[in-house]
Amino acid sequence: MEQLSAWFTELLADNSIFTARTLGYYGEGLVTTVQLVFLSLVIGLVIAVPLSIARGSKRKWIKMPIFFYTYVFRGTPLLIQLYIIYYGVVFIEGIQDTWLWVILEEPFYPALIAFTLNTVAYTTEIFHGAIKATSKGEIEAARAYGMSKSLMMRRIILPSAFRRALPAYGNEVIFMLHASAIASVVTIMDLTGAARLVYARFYAPFDAFLFVAALYLCLTFAILYLFRYLERRMLAHLKPQS
Amino acid sequence: MQASRLFFTAGLLAISASLLPGQAFARDYDEVRLAVDVPYEPFEYRTPEGELTGFEIDLGNAVCAELDIQCTWVEQAWDGIIPGLMARKYDAIMSSMAITEERAQQVLFSEPYYTTPSAWITSKGRDIDISDKESLEGLTVGVQRATLQDNYVTDLYGDVLEIRRYASADDVITDMETGRLDLTFMDYPIAEAAIDIDTEESEFKRISDFIKEPEKYFGKGVGVAFRKRDKELAGMFNEALATLKENGTYDEIMKEYFSYDVKL
Repeated sequence: MEQLSAWFTELLADNSIFTARTLGYYGEGLVTTVQLVFLSLVIGLVIAVPLSIARGSKRKWIKMPIFFYTYVFRGTPLLIQLYIIYYGVVFIEGIQDTWLWVILEEPFYPALIAFTLNTVAYTTEIFHGAIKATSKGEIEAARAYGMSKSLMMRRIILPSAFRRALPAYGNEVIFMLHASAIASVVTIMDLTGAARLVYARFYAPFDAFLFVAALYLCLTFAILYLFRYLERRMLAHLKPQS
Repeated sequence: MQASRLFFTAGLLAISASLLPGQAFARDYDEVRLAVDVPYEPFEYRTPEGELTGFEIDLGNAVCAELDIQCTWVEQAWDGIIPGLMARKYDAIMSSMAITEERAQQVLFSEPYYTTPSAWITSKGRDIDISDKESLEGLTVGVQRATLQDNYVTDLYGDVLEIRRYASADDVITDMETGRLDLTFMDYPIAEAAIDIDTEESEFKRISDFIKEPEKYFGKGVGVAFRKRDKELAGMFNEALATLKENGTYDEIMKEYFSYDVKL
């Protein structure tokens, strides 16, 4: 450990950019980015599961609003959604006096809301597609066992749909991480915000942005690894058997 | 015979006189051509009648009147304004040119004659004392990202204020209006162009002096640029500018164009 810190001090001795202070910016940015992405994904997942089931409903008045929602949020840029939620809603008359203002005043929550709404739309469609692709045989077998619809959904359709959705959902998680880079436009000091600050201070775009790109790569690698592990575990039955 | 000799001697005298440095000075600078990039309101622009006017035009004319020399204004687009000076298309540039080290390698700058100030601004109802740093603890301030105001606030108030950095000045104004920000530290002309400050019906007030220093953050200001060899001309301009700043002429011209203090 001592050796490592000595090596690190030596490495940093010759530069004026990566000081303890700027590394502190990057550190705080990393925490904010991970928080923002993780929270929006978890909340998004919880909302997206029931929505994806309802999205496949036969009843039009259930199906259509959800389709409309996913269409709107997948059909507009996340940046625009963030602008509307952060800058737009504050011009609603009297909103400053309601309880909503407590949430909207800080930049973190509007960003979290925008990211969550966005990822819910994509995740709903991913899961909906996976549910629809459940093989008829599985459903017929469940029916033959006399399962009720909800039991069938819980025991048969959802577990197999989640497995099928896993690779696509892994991509969505990575996209979400990268999309979170726009959080700095509403003054959040995420990783990109930290890089912009360092860039502005030292006029060193290469150093500032290459460093932050490396951090994003590390995060992406961790996500990839996690999903690779999950896929190996859960999709083992799909592997070619020897 | 006698007359022609007299003329000859006089001619010789005149030629030799013109070779003397002191004499040459007066002769060369009878007329000075000043370059300006128009329009850049309120520093230089044309009235609807087509007349050249503005803060720098008036100040330049006042300098020339003080020096008792004839000045003409030459219009020149910004990107060719230093090359034009080198090519002797004019003798000086008086066109809001900020003094920087890079430019100072090519041209000779006078003493700075103006700079745009920054100021702390808050809502009218708020009672914030910017000089009492401890009382600022926990307040949020909005700045435009990567501006000198950003650097100033980050270095001097980063330990007490929560700093929010925005992509544009408009975004700062929006969040001032909606109440997300307690304070902003802005380039005053930009702030004044966007919102009413310190007027009857305005919602905002300035709570600090016009801040133009230290040089580390705000730069050296704007100076007149000359060719490097024209040290005497630069000296004359410096003296005249100093006189105008002292005798009130500068203030008079400034009041005509600005509601704030640009004097340096």
